Amino acid sequence: MNASEKQELLQTAMRVREHIIRLATDGGCFIGASLSCADLIVYLYRRILNIAPDRVDDPDRDYFLLSKGHDVPAVYGTFAELGYIDGARLGNHLRTNDSIYWHPNRNIPGVEFHSGSLGHLLSVGIGVALDIKLRKAANRVFVMLGDGELNEGSIWEGCLVAGAHKLDNLVVVVDRNGFQANMRTEELIPLEPLEEKFASFGWAVRRIDGHSFDAMDEVFSDLPLEKRRPSMIIADTVRGKGLPSIEARADRWFVNFTAEEVDMLLDELHGIGNAALTSDTLHVR
Amino acid sequence: MTYEELLREMTTENERVVIMTAENRAAIRNLPPHVGDRLIDVGISEMTMVGASAGLALRGRIPIVHALATFLTLRAFEFIRTDVGIPGLPVKLIGAVPGFLSDGNGPTHQAVEDIALMRGIPPMQVFAPADNDDMLEALPRIVASPFPAYVRFNALPAVTAHAPFAIGKAETLTDGNDVAILTYGFLLREALAAETLLNAEGLACRVINLRSLKPIDEETIAAAVRDCSLVVTLEDHFLTGGLTTILAELMMQQQLTADVLPIALKHRWFTPATLDRVLEHEGFTGSAIAVRILRALEGDRDKKPMLNHTSSLFKTYL
Repeated sequence: MNASEKQELLQTAMRVREHIIRLATDGGCFIGASLSCADLIVYLYRRILNIAPDRVDDPDRDYFLLSKGHDVPAVYGTFAELGYIDGARLGNHLRTNDSIYWHPNRNIPGVEFHSGSLGHLLSVGIGVALDIKLRKAANRVFVMLGDGELNEGSIWEGCLVAGAHKLDNLVVVVDRNGFQANMRTEELIPLEPLEEKFASFGWAVRRIDGHSFDAMDEVFSDLPLEKRRPSMIIADTVRGKGLPSIEARADRWFVNFTAEEVDMLLDELHGIGNAALTSDTLHVR
Repeated sequence: MTYEELLREMTTENERVVIMTAENRAAIRNLPPHVGDRLIDVGISEMTMVGASAGLALRGRIPIVHALATFLTLRAFEFIRTDVGIPGLPVKLIGAVPGFLSDGNGPTHQAVEDIALMRGIPPMQVFAPADNDDMLEALPRIVASPFPAYVRFNALPAVTAHAPFAIGKAETLTDGNDVAILTYGFLLREALAAETLLNAEGLACRVINLRSLKPIDEETIAAAVRDCSLVVTLEDHFLTGGLTTILAELMMQQQLTADVLPIALKHRWFTPATLDRVLEHEGFTGSAIAVRILRALEGDRDKKPMLNHTSSLFKTYL
């Protein structure tokens, strides 16, 4: 990755963050977690995944499965920037004339599978990876999990099964933003030490800064991490990344801002002042 | 032919077919050497199996998925509903030891709400073959269907010759207008035994093997409701959500009325024992069913002339 490629990634990620912020009004969205994984999703679609807007049905494509479905604004923002969907469609958020709502679904070109219920898409990804192995094909399956999602028993069941079947075409990325819906993960159901946990299930594990494109380049450009093992990449991230008034705030999980607050947040994203947020932003969902 | 041989044939002939199991190998014990990596055993992980079946189906496969009926439909219910049901993927769920066939296992293993759960998932088709022949007759059609399906596995020996299978079609095994017995699964055997006994009483019974519970053969059921003096639903399932409910819904939609005798499990699990003892204890043997039908008819003054009060069967229930 040269300097101009990196600059292009930074600019794309900035525009994706703008899309996410604009989706956080008129009904709102899960802004904090969408911002934490935005850099990873932009990077994967731009640099790693063998897929393109005109090849969304190509049987040889790589698969990206968003298991933590509430982060879909990051995916739709990326889709708008990379040409999977017309950016104008994001204006249909939460309108019945389109399918842009709080969780992904296959009516949107490029979405491989619907999600929303946590703990599902690792197993779906295992099925896709098994088929690819049966066909002796080379495509890879990327599944993004949330750290809160790791509370679900089906994740650990899937980790056992993927390890047992030696699915080295399967890559899981954990968006380790440190929060579940309302609390810090370590204050509710502590997850650490995560690397050891996954390694003991037979996975090859790496831990990176989930906002550093250089760090991503280092681990994602040489997959699988180990032959005959599924790859686990724990990406340490910041919930609300890019917006100091939202970063690492437990009550900025789901938000529904006023139009004025959206404008202030867009300014804040670009380093112009701090948004004075007055909306009741604590929505328990 | 056995179930296993049919699966082997289907797997060989159709590259889309893959066999999955949550380490439930009773019915597919000899399959592995013949189908190689097209048999995927995920261990005792019903949720992961169903989610993975959706992933395989997404890639064009038709997974035939095995687990005990209760763990498949209950432990993995949300995975079935969400990963298979919402996209309507052609995953074929095979539930082993459903209903009374779990015999001595106890309530943990009793799938007696599986029909209710599976028929509640919009695109899901539901089948309950009467015996091994009926199941093997149905399976190729079920696998060829583009919809997800749930099948109550039943490899008990055939009790009667079966008509060719069609999805949504029942088969009428005996004709008569006095009593209609609607049933599914292995209880067809007991329904036919009851029919023989009732026939000796001079009662003409229409025994209907439903085979396909969703879609259901509305025409055959509505005709039985119109023609017969008493309609019996016979099922090893809770009274709620199964055949009795299906009949009630159909009669309401078509504005039909009938005297209905539901023979099902009324809000309780059954007493675990060997299958013959379960049937005896729960009143699901042919003779117990016949007696329950006679009693229902006896309760109806208008129908008393039908009954032969001097018969031995009649005396047993007096």
